Amino acid sequence: MRRRTLPPVTQLGMLSLAFIAAAVIYMAAHLPERVSLGPAIALLALSALLLVVNVVSLSRADGFAWRRFLEVARWALLAYVIIASLIEFVFVRNNTSGSPLVVLTLCLVVFALDVPVLIAFTVARYDEPQPAAAVGASERGSA
Amino acid sequence: MERPQFDIVPRAGLPIVAVVVVLLIAAIEANKLWPLEFLHVVGGATWTIIDLFLGFVLGPIIGKLSIPARVEFTTRLMPKMVLIMPTAVAVTLAAGWQLATHLGTNQTSYALHGWIVASYIVVGVMAVIALGLLEPANIAVLTELKKPVPNPEVVERLMKRFIYTAGATGLMQVATLVIMTKLSSG
Repeated sequence: MRRRTLPPVTQLGMLSLAFIAAAVIYMAAHLPERVSLGPAIALLALSALLLVVNVVSLSRADGFAWRRFLEVARWALLAYVIIASLIEFVFVRNNTSGSPLVVLTLCLVVFALDVPVLIAFTVARYDEPQPAAAVGASERGSA
Repeated sequence: MERPQFDIVPRAGLPIVAVVVVLLIAAIEANKLWPLEFLHVVGGATWTIIDLFLGFVLGPIIGKLSIPARVEFTTRLMPKMVLIMPTAVAVTLAAGWQLATHLGTNQTSYALHGWIVASYIVVGVMAVIALGLLEPANIAVLTELKKPVPNPEVVERLMKRFIYTAGATGLMQVATLVIMTKLSSG
């Protein structure tokens, strides 16, 4: 297998997830009472920034198996959008509203993007970049 | 490398997941104690037991198996984990939050609120490890084994990552047991 130099997507993705987890823990520890949103917004901003840095640095990487990445990412995204929606539903059901709900929703959006990026990157990093027809043929052959 | 036929995501399990999700939504909407407690306990027990069993019992056994046996075991176990773990985690957390709201245990005035926050932190750490390392390794090893010619070095590396992270989350589950038993005994 040809070794490629890729950006530290897993490390940055985990750090981004850790910031999101910290933001949600901070808010959950105070809800349903009034919560000061400053720390949660700062953690959310850091997490979103790391997600953007991750995607941008990956988009600049040479010889990355983008087709495989997108193939895995779209299914993972579907799964984690469903999970994030369930968590959102619980907060809405319990009358979380206004600014706390906006911050929580944005945290869940970053979470639902972070995890598919991590899964798809881990799969695609061990794949050779190949044209669309070759990917389809190899999948039909191995199914 | 000999490999049995397998689907990365077992389609037969998807209707079961859908039923569980519908039950979860119904329980949250109904906001009744028994269904919420049932789903939280069943989801949490599933999550905890699988993490402990995988991390401390199956993990070391898998590590000692021959490569063909390991591949066969992996292709039979890991597709099931792709569906079971996210479902168990989502059910535990969503039903748990609703249950805490129902009982008032997520209020800052609750006497054991510090223990509740500790459980959030433990779950947060486990989520970062599981979602950042374990789940990607699970999907990646299955994708690698689906290839016409899997790379044994990649399979080995991803399996090690899976087993070590399962062990780490298994350790964190011990903390979950301590916290949950403290909360239930007051």
